[in-house]
Amino acid sequence: MAYFDHAATTPMRLSAIRAMTVQLAQLGNPSSLHASGRRARRTVEESRESLAHALGARPSEIVFTAGGTEADNLAIKGIYWSRVADDPARRRILVSPVEHHAVLDPVLWLESAEGAVVEWLDVDTDGRVQPDTLRAAIERDPASVALVSVMWANNEVGTVEPIAELVEIAHEFGIPFHSDAVQAVGQIPVDFSATGLDAMTVTGHKLGGPGNCGALVLGRGITPVPVLHGGGQERDVRSGTLDTASIAALAVAAEESVREQAQYAGRVGALRDELVRRILAAVPDAQLNGDRRLDPAHRLPGNAHFSFPGCEGDSLLLLLDARGIECSTGSACSAGVAQPSHVLLAMGADSARARGSLRFSLGHTTTEAEVAELGEAILPVVTRARSAGSVSARR
Amino acid sequence: MSDHMLPPANGRRLRVLAAMSGGVDSAVAAARAVEAGHDVVGVHLALSAKPATLREGARGCCTIEDSRDARRAADVIGIPFYVWDMAERFREDVMDDFVAEYKAGRTPNPCLRCNEKIKFAALLDKALGLGFDAVCTGHYARIVEHPDGSRELHRSVDMGKDQSYVLGVLDSDQLAHAMFPLGGDTKGDVRLEAERRDLAVAKKPDSHDICFIADGDTQGFLAKHLGTERGDIVDASGTKLGEHDGAYAYTIGQRKGLRIGHPAADGKPRYVLDISPVNNTVTVGPVEALDVDRLVGIRPRWCGPAPAGEVDCTAQVRAHGDETAAVAEVVDGEVRVRLAEPIRGIARGQAVVLYAGTRVIGSATIDATA
Repeated sequence: MAYFDHAATTPMRLSAIRAMTVQLAQLGNPSSLHASGRRARRTVEESRESLAHALGARPSEIVFTAGGTEADNLAIKGIYWSRVADDPARRRILVSPVEHHAVLDPVLWLESAEGAVVEWLDVDTDGRVQPDTLRAAIERDPASVALVSVMWANNEVGTVEPIAELVEIAHEFGIPFHSDAVQAVGQIPVDFSATGLDAMTVTGHKLGGPGNCGALVLGRGITPVPVLHGGGQERDVRSGTLDTASIAALAVAAEESVREQAQYAGRVGALRDELVRRILAAVPDAQLNGDRRLDPAHRLPGNAHFSFPGCEGDSLLLLLDARGIECSTGSACSAGVAQPSHVLLAMGADSARARGSLRFSLGHTTTEAEVAELGEAILPVVTRARSAGSVSARR
Repeated sequence: MSDHMLPPANGRRLRVLAAMSGGVDSAVAAARAVEAGHDVVGVHLALSAKPATLREGARGCCTIEDSRDARRAADVIGIPFYVWDMAERFREDVMDDFVAEYKAGRTPNPCLRCNEKIKFAALLDKALGLGFDAVCTGHYARIVEHPDGSRELHRSVDMGKDQSYVLGVLDSDQLAHAMFPLGGDTKGDVRLEAERRDLAVAKKPDSHDICFIADGDTQGFLAKHLGTERGDIVDASGTKLGEHDGAYAYTIGQRKGLRIGHPAADGKPRYVLDISPVNNTVTVGPVEALDVDRLVGIRPRWCGPAPAGEVDCTAQVRAHGDETAAVAEVVDGEVRVRLAEPIRGIARGQAVVLYAGTRVIGSATIDATA
């Protein structure tokens, strides 16, 4: 078996599994005042400190959530609501069109249900927001901008966004900036305070932690309106009993992945480069999507994303799956239908190129043997998929 | 002759793509294909599209419940499972055709069209391209294979459930790559087998309606796509008896809902005899005028060699109708059928499927009746 879907989820690190299972056997609600509660609270707070350290944030800036989607919803809706409460004229949300659905859908919901005005920040053919684009969008009417949200690195094509530059521009105008960094942490250097971000999303299962735990890193001056109301456990911004075991595992996984990041980027980046080389050698007309500069300043080290002309992504996926090689066509609807990638469409690709694409994402367990296996399989698979053609779109 | 359920005599393990609707029949069919030793992959077709959203193309979507049922059946059977988006092809080849046929005053059966154009064309082509040998479905019909490899399509042993009519559009090439594992059993047996196999869909009700008209309101669907246009209801002599909001809303043989103010001279009920889309007129008359004993079919599709000269056969004109003794002949590409007994209320656009005993000879689309 060869697993090339680490950007969907990556195997849990043994250290995180250990931390989690140790805590699962322990008793105590971190909000309880007795000894068991204090013990659990200590674990949560030590984890908070460890996670904050790994992300370049203060412990008080960590708001634990049940994953990336919740953190994105809290940032987008919560900051929008609080900004509008302060000044009803702030209706504009500036957002890139290559965001994950966890950002796109809250933004679209605010537009349809709450009267927000969404403005898409055009991306270039690599999927990158140029600083001038953001500046021009803000300058059209700075006082009306509620917030800006641009991801740190794209989940489909691996493009790294110029976050520090973008944040600087927004801050010239006093506009809060959120970034979804779930794909970036552990892959490339991520430092919350150095960039000046106001809010940043991280999640456990993209870096070898548990699947049900993440965090919104939230600057101390930012007070989003809560999405979940209840006991107010996390800064009165997020309610819900804290999941001590998952929080402990998230912190361990984040600490380890950040500590190993440089070494990881070197090793996995080299494997990715080898994979790109092998695929282009086997299928010369394959198109590498995203930034062709394969260094961590421009592209995530574990990402390779190709369009294969004349093929349908779902055909390629089926054929690779049958050979034990697992990868992704991008997002799927709730019924399981593969969707043409909105990221590629935003980058200017036509529908055929978007439908005929595959993402190969490498991770901390990827081996040379897996890369070789995919390198061997890709030509026969593409040849076979071509003979099946674009049937579902052809008359 | 052998039923095609089992692997061929040489024991070749076929690569089979099982079309799984989320119903009990296709689930059991897929399970049997696995049990017969084939290498099976399950696919659910997403056939109807939601309206396009801001930055995306139309999402091909079936009901989430059906795709989930199909997925759970595939899990229990232990086969890989995927959902394929064929909404665009389905809209062009089945739904648009359905609306166009009604607009032209004909009454189509979209299930035949789907079998001909989607399941055993778009899906089969893609499956063959991907290296599969056959498409397996849960239809109640039998394929009989001769030692020379040639194949015949036969009725199911369960006449109450027989679906050979909606497969009558398949030609030899399509039949060569079809697999119908349920044709030798009754529906009751299949449901029992589904329970024995722990398939959660064992008690799921049969689907009867047109799948893309979920609420069963065909007239409402047509009104939405074709709009309303006032026209006349006349008798055979052309005398105006009333008005209607669109001729397509009527079917041949319809009695109720005509809204004709005054009774016929003879006091007998009147029925829709003809629908003329050109002048948007509905013609009504006495029940006897609905009797038809001659049909002309166009677009013939043969499951084997086309018949030469006059052939004695039986004819079936609707999915759950009786068969009638007939003589059929192909003349200038048209199929001319003489019925031994008249059939009441046949509409243009319906398919006539011809049988020799239980064997399907072929089918044609009814274009004229007398």
